Amino acid sequence: MSINNIWVFAQADGDTASTATLELLSKANRLGGSVTAFVVGSAGGAAAAFADHGAAKIYETGDLAGALPGPAVSSAMQAVISGGDAPDLIMFPQNYEGRDVMARLSVKLDRTVLTNSTDITVDGDSVTVQTPIFGGSKLVNSTFTGERPFLAAFRPKSFEAAGGAGAAGEIIAAAVGELGATGGATVTAVHVEETSGPKLDEAAVVVGGGRGLGDAEKYEMIETLAKLLKGAPGASRAIVDAGWVPYSYQVGQTGKVVKPTVYIAAGISGATQHMVGMKGSKNIIAINKDKEAPIFGVADLGIVGDVHKVLPQLIAALQARG
Amino acid sequence: MNVIVCVKQIPDPALPGELDPSTNTLKRDGKLILDESDSYGVEMALQLVNTAGEGSVTLVSMAPNDEVSGLRTALAMGAEKAVLVSDPALAGADALTTAKVLAGAVGRAGDYDLIIAGTESSDGYTGTVPEQMAEILGLPSVGFAKTITVDGGTVKVDRQTEAGYDEVICTLPAVVSVTAGVVEPRYPSFKGIMAAKAKPVDTVTAADLGIEAVSWAQQISSVDDAPAREAGEVIEDDGETFNKIVEFLDGLKVI
Repeated sequence: MSINNIWVFAQADGDTASTATLELLSKANRLGGSVTAFVVGSAGGAAAAFADHGAAKIYETGDLAGALPGPAVSSAMQAVISGGDAPDLIMFPQNYEGRDVMARLSVKLDRTVLTNSTDITVDGDSVTVQTPIFGGSKLVNSTFTGERPFLAAFRPKSFEAAGGAGAAGEIIAAAVGELGATGGATVTAVHVEETSGPKLDEAAVVVGGGRGLGDAEKYEMIETLAKLLKGAPGASRAIVDAGWVPYSYQVGQTGKVVKPTVYIAAGISGATQHMVGMKGSKNIIAINKDKEAPIFGVADLGIVGDVHKVLPQLIAALQARG
Repeated sequence: MNVIVCVKQIPDPALPGELDPSTNTLKRDGKLILDESDSYGVEMALQLVNTAGEGSVTLVSMAPNDEVSGLRTALAMGAEKAVLVSDPALAGADALTTAKVLAGAVGRAGDYDLIIAGTESSDGYTGTVPEQMAEILGLPSVGFAKTITVDGGTVKVDRQTEAGYDEVICTLPAVVSVTAGVVEPRYPSFKGIMAAKAKPVDTVTAADLGIEAVSWAQQISSVDDAPAREAGEVIEDDGETFNKIVEFLDGLKVI
C-alpha cells in the first residue's frame, strides 16, 4: 500500500506561493508517490511554483468570498475524497488556516491529527512524525495507527524548499459544499500592519526583546539595533501579551519560527515557548542579567549583564562604525 | 448571554515537564493549575456577560483524577458552575477525542450563546480542539480573537493573522478562540475564592456523555534527546562586553 498519494494544503498571496507550502510540497515530493496541492482560493500565478516544487496536480477551491477557510476548504477536500481521489497523507502548514482546515477535516473524516511536527519518515506503510517538546530538548516520534488519510501539520522551516520538480499538471476546481451554520463567519475587512525592513522570518539578523527590557518604551532599543544590523525586531510572548508590540513580532511556539544567521536575545530568559521559535538560529547571542537563565544554555555568546547598559553601548559602537 | 468557557488544568509550567516512562505521555500526577491561556477566555466571558446584563459563565474541562484546583480558580474569578469530565480511560487522549469529550460536556452545560476557548493549551498545544469542537457541534468558529463584541445574534471578532488582523462577523452560537493578552484577567477576590468552594462542579465520565470505546489512532513510538546545542562562552558584563558582541558579529560578517 505504502504512501502513494500525498496532498499538501497550499496557500498563495496573490500570485506568490507561500514559502511554507513550497517547503511541504518539496518534502512530499522527496517522500515519493504523486503529490497534489490543494489550494485555498485560486492557484493563479502561483501554480507554476507549486508544480516546480512537486505538485503534479492542483485542486483549487476558488474565491471563498470572505468565508473562513476551515469549514470551506475541509468541505471541498471531503468532497474530492468521497469522489474517489483518496490521499494517504495530507500535510498542513502549522499556521492559522492550516490548522483550522485540518481540525475541521479531522472531524469530518474521524481521523486523529499530529501537529507541530518538524520531520516525517515513511517506512513502508508506516508514517512517523517527529515533534519537539520541552523547548526542543526532547523529540517525540509518533506513528499513525488508524485509517488513511493521515493528517499532519508541520512547523515552518522544517524542510528545504527545492524547485525543479517538473512541469505544471492539471488544475481542477474543487467545489465548496453547503456549509450550513458552520459557514456563519465572514471576513468583512482585512488590516495589514505595515513593517519596514526585512520580514521577521526571513531576516539574516533578528533582535528579540523580552520582559527584561522593563517597559514598553525600552523596546525602541531593539528596533534601533535591528535597523543597524539590517535585521528584524522580534519579541517574546511575554511582551506581546503585555501589549508592548503587536503579535506579528512574536517569536516562539505560538509565533514565528526564525532561523537567522544571528539571533540576539535581549532581556529574554528563554522560556520553552520562546526557545522553540529561535533554537534553530545559526548563532545566538544572549544578554540577560540572570546568569541562570535557560537562554544561556543555547547561546554561543552569553553576556550576563543589564540590557539597559549593554544595548546602548552596543548601539553606539555600531553607529560609530558607520 | 450564556457563555461556556473551555478550560484546561495543567501541570505548573514553571516546573520542568516530565514524561511518564511507561506511556511517554506528559506526567500530570502533581497539582494542576488553571492554564494561564484560559484565564483570558474566562475574563472575556465574564466581561461579555456583564455587558449583556444577564446570563452566566459555565466552565467545561477534562482532567484526570477529579482534579478541580484549576477550576476553582476560574470559579473564583466569577464563573457560576463547571462540568468536569474525569476518566482514567481518557489519559493521553488525542485532540479529536478531547474535542468529542468537551463537545459532550457542552451538552450538559445548558443553553449557551457562545463558547470560548484558548487558541491552544500551554502544555499540549495541538491547537485544533476549538475548531474540532465547532465542527462536532455544527457551529461556526473564529480563531485567534483579539477582541470580541456581541451584538444581538452575531459576534464581531478582530482575528489575528500573519500580516495583521481581520474583522470577522459571525452568527451565534459560535466557538471563538482567544489569544493571550486580549484582556487583563482579574485576580480572584477573597470573597470569590470562598464562594467558589460552594459552586457546583458536575463530575462525569466519558461513558456518562455517551462516549464509549475511547481510542485514538496514533502511538508514540519513541522519544529521543534532541542533539544538544552547545552552550558557548558566557561572560559577566564588565562594561566592555559590548565589544565582544561587535567582534562576534564582525566574525560572522553581518556588519
